[in-house]
Amino acid sequence: MSELLEVSDLVIEYHGATVVRAVDEVSLTIAPGEVLALVGESGCGKSSLARAVVGMEKPRAGAVTYRGSEVPLLGVRRRRAQFTSIQMVFQDPNSSLNPRIRVGQQISEGIRAAVERGDEGSQPEEWLERVGLPIEMVSRYAHELSGGQRQRVAIARALAARPDLLVADEPISALDASSQASVADMMRKLALDAGAGLLFISHDLAIVRLIADRTVVMYRGKIVESGVSDLIWNDPVHPYTRALISAIPEPDGKGNLPAAPAADAPEEWRMTLPEALDRA
Amino acid sequence: MRKRWLKIPAAWITPLGVIGAVIAITWVGIAFTARLWVPFDPLSQDLPRLQAPGIDTLMGTDALGRDIFSRLMTGASVTIPLALMLVLMSLVVGTLIGAIAGYFGKWVDELLMRLTDLVMAFPTVILAMVVAAALGPSLFNAVIAAFVVSWPQYARMTRSIVLGLRTQNYVMAGRLMGFSPFKTLRVDIAPNVVGPILVLASLDVGTAILLLSGLSFLGLGAQPPTAEWGSMISAAIQNFDSWWIGLFPGLAILTVVMAFNFVGDSLRDIFDPTSQVSRAGARS
Amino acid sequence: MSDITTPQTADAAAASTTPVLTVAGLTIGIGSRKNLKSIVKGISLALTPGRIQGLAGESGSGKTVTSLAMLGLLPSNAVVGGSIRLGDTELVGMTHRQLNDIRGRRIAMIFQDPSSSLHPQLTVGTQLTDHVKRHLKMSAKQARAHAIELLDRVRVPNPAEALARYPHQFSGGQRQRIAIAIALACDPIVLLADEPTTALDVTVQAGILHLLRDLADERQLAVLLVTHDLGVMSAIADDIAVMRHGEIVESNVRSEIFVNPQHAYTRELLASLPGAAGFEEASE
Ligand SMILES: Nc1ncnc2c1ncn2[C@@H]1O[C@H](COP(=O)(O)OP(=O)(O)OP(=O)(O)O)[C@@H](O)[C@H]1O
Ligand SMILES: Nc1ncnc2c1ncn2[C@@H]1O[C@H](COP(=O)(O)OP(=O)(O)OP(=O)(O)O)[C@@H](O)[C@H]1O
Ligand SMILES: [Mg+2]
Ligand SMILES: [Mg+2]
Repeated sequence: MSELLEVSDLVIEYHGATVVRAVDEVSLTIAPGEVLALVGESGCGKSSLARAVVGMEKPRAGAVTYRGSEVPLLGVRRRRAQFTSIQMVFQDPNSSLNPRIRVGQQISEGIRAAVERGDEGSQPEEWLERVGLPIEMVSRYAHELSGGQRQRVAIARALAARPDLLVADEPISALDASSQASVADMMRKLALDAGAGLLFISHDLAIVRLIADRTVVMYRGKIVESGVSDLIWNDPVHPYTRALISAIPEPDGKGNLPAAPAADAPEEWRMTLPEALDRA
Repeated sequence: MRKRWLKIPAAWITPLGVIGAVIAITWVGIAFTARLWVPFDPLSQDLPRLQAPGIDTLMGTDALGRDIFSRLMTGASVTIPLALMLVLMSLVVGTLIGAIAGYFGKWVDELLMRLTDLVMAFPTVILAMVVAAALGPSLFNAVIAAFVVSWPQYARMTRSIVLGLRTQNYVMAGRLMGFSPFKTLRVDIAPNVVGPILVLASLDVGTAILLLSGLSFLGLGAQPPTAEWGSMISAAIQNFDSWWIGLFPGLAILTVVMAFNFVGDSLRDIFDPTSQVSRAGARS
Repeated sequence: MSDITTPQTADAAAASTTPVLTVAGLTIGIGSRKNLKSIVKGISLALTPGRIQGLAGESGSGKTVTSLAMLGLLPSNAVVGGSIRLGDTELVGMTHRQLNDIRGRRIAMIFQDPSSSLHPQLTVGTQLTDHVKRHLKMSAKQARAHAIELLDRVRVPNPAEALARYPHQFSGGQRQRIAIAIALACDPIVLLADEPTTALDVTVQAGILHLLRDLADERQLAVLLVTHDLGVMSAIADDIAVMRHGEIVESNVRSEIFVNPQHAYTRELLASLPGAAGFEEASE
């Protein structure tokens, strides 16, 4: 099989007082060297899907296969080296860094994972430079960093493990516009050079358009539109995708508030349009 | 960069914390050296009986003509090291059990937590009586009885912290990189458990001292003629007019317990996340 | 919308142009006495009721540290100079206890990182109502109704059911909205919003921006909006300050910043917009 990652008919549910179906029969694939973006409403199941891909969430139905073998659940046992090439950048940069360990050492753990798998070693400083941080930051603790700096350290740590599949959940949301572009670009280049796959989750269509080959738009747990990024950006078909693009505030300095959709989302956002899927 | 754990920022140095630390350290120092410098043998009965405090017997003598000052100081070397040992044992055992229960979860957790519930349900003094009845009353057996009931609080606390940490993203990140369970516990979990456990332990030293003296007072711990604070107070009951027999051991217990509590309280302030950068301020 | 400060009466005019919160010559250094790192180097800002003051700038330029200083939530090794005045009260140098009264009730903050302002082991309902019950003296029932209304305003789906859930049972964006609800719970007069919409998709973001605008217009809330998203800035900020390396390099009303940027860094910032091409047409 040529695909690096294959997600087929994945269903994820949370059973509490009520049953929440966070991901509802989603299928997607990522090829080596490909960047796939996942965008969608807040709470539509993007992070749930991401966690299932790395094995942190148990699928209710469906399967996640990585290089032909099913991704095992991340239990208390040590993860097999075969799967340490799947790495994740978590949505919440604050809790993704250990508060009591210096930044440099945390990146070293990533490097060690790469070395144990037989990849070449590297220095933490290199990775800090790549994500645009001064190398003195190796000796800082997470709480001594700004929000955007933390997020970049988390990216550096994941990249240091030289992943073949990187799942990045809103990795650059806390960065300013110019760092966003450069960090996103760097992630894309690294993925392409190493032949790795990148699942890039974001709610920001403008950034997604710059770095993703293909884009998947999710709404309430289902894929509503997917295909080549430029097509989706320039000519959205599904009503939800259209709403998503039109609600981006225009930085024109005129003080125009984008119209807020009504609290009860329009029914048409939920519909399935076959022509909106797999657009090429 | 600066060494965060070696340096104590000024804001942490609270008056009560400093007073507590000084008194606690003094008592521990006395406990380990008293036998070398006390003026009289704490067991010899050569002095006049029931002598009020004076120049040569600073705190008077008891009904058997033993110097109370000497007994008090050597008493420290009976109670304090045992209390410290008790706390240390409970800490090690409790933390380990709690960490394992919290980290491995499922049936391991269920089993270990039911066990702690069971043990916690025992009233300490009654358990000590049972142990004393079974093994004979002695200070060492009192320590065993106290240990049996005191490790579960460490287990409980560690477990709840570990449960909270287990789902933290950085723990997940470590596991994705192929950390072994042991490495996760050592690198990602242990450093975050240390603070709260130290607080609990320092507060617990006071409790342990109270408990051991209490048991001795009841005759379940130290046996005569050993100089022990609790049994000294219990002896004072028979000589009610000689106030000095009971007062000084009472004061000794009071100061040690308070000192360790002060230390524990200021440690709590240090480790409490809300006393640091604390985004938790949003909640207040 | 920028002429919102045109009031009907002279009284209201005075009220709406007098700043509630004034920052003057604020300097912040963090570190040990020997190795103090200067992070904020003398900035001045004023927050006026009914106006939204934007604060943009490079990552790591000191935006969060500045807002934390207004709440007195900096780490204990921070040295703050200059003045921060809330009305006539000087906040720099206040004790924690005095600040506690002001925090949450008069000045509220939405933290950059929402999950750390939520307590992981308390339900969302408890966190929202505790606050309200204490500060606004509401009964449990009123507080619950108030909480549901707040959650509805920030567009958390099924508010009544959400009250019984724990923070980790929500998505990142939902947690951010809950944190916003908590900040608004006690009707503050100043709101510090540190990247309040980073985790939100644009449709939900639009809802939150409308909410902030309405609060400023109707309740005369003074808002400090920290964001790196110039689209957001353009949509609701009345005035904008641009920060870099701990200094404010440019500060002006919104239209001037966008149409007529003076400082090179501001221009650079505008040029780096992903939609920069579109923007240039619009501003011509
Ligand atoms: N542990 C849980 N228990 C119950 N419901 C949950 C749990 N985790 C997530 N959910 C719900 O599942 C849905 C999907 O959550 P998810 O975190 O995947 O959203 P998301 O797309 O990442 O959103 P965001 O952009 O806001 O991060 C949400 O409605 C959320 O409330
Ligand atoms: N406790 C600390 N000790 C040392 N340096 C710190 C500490 N907290 C913050 N800093 C440094 O201060 C600078 C400003 O941090 P701040 O969090 O205010 O940035 P910011 O403007 O909010 O950036 P971002 O947009 O990335 O959140 C950063 O360079 C950061 O590394
Ligand atoms: Mg998410
Ligand atoms: Mg910040």
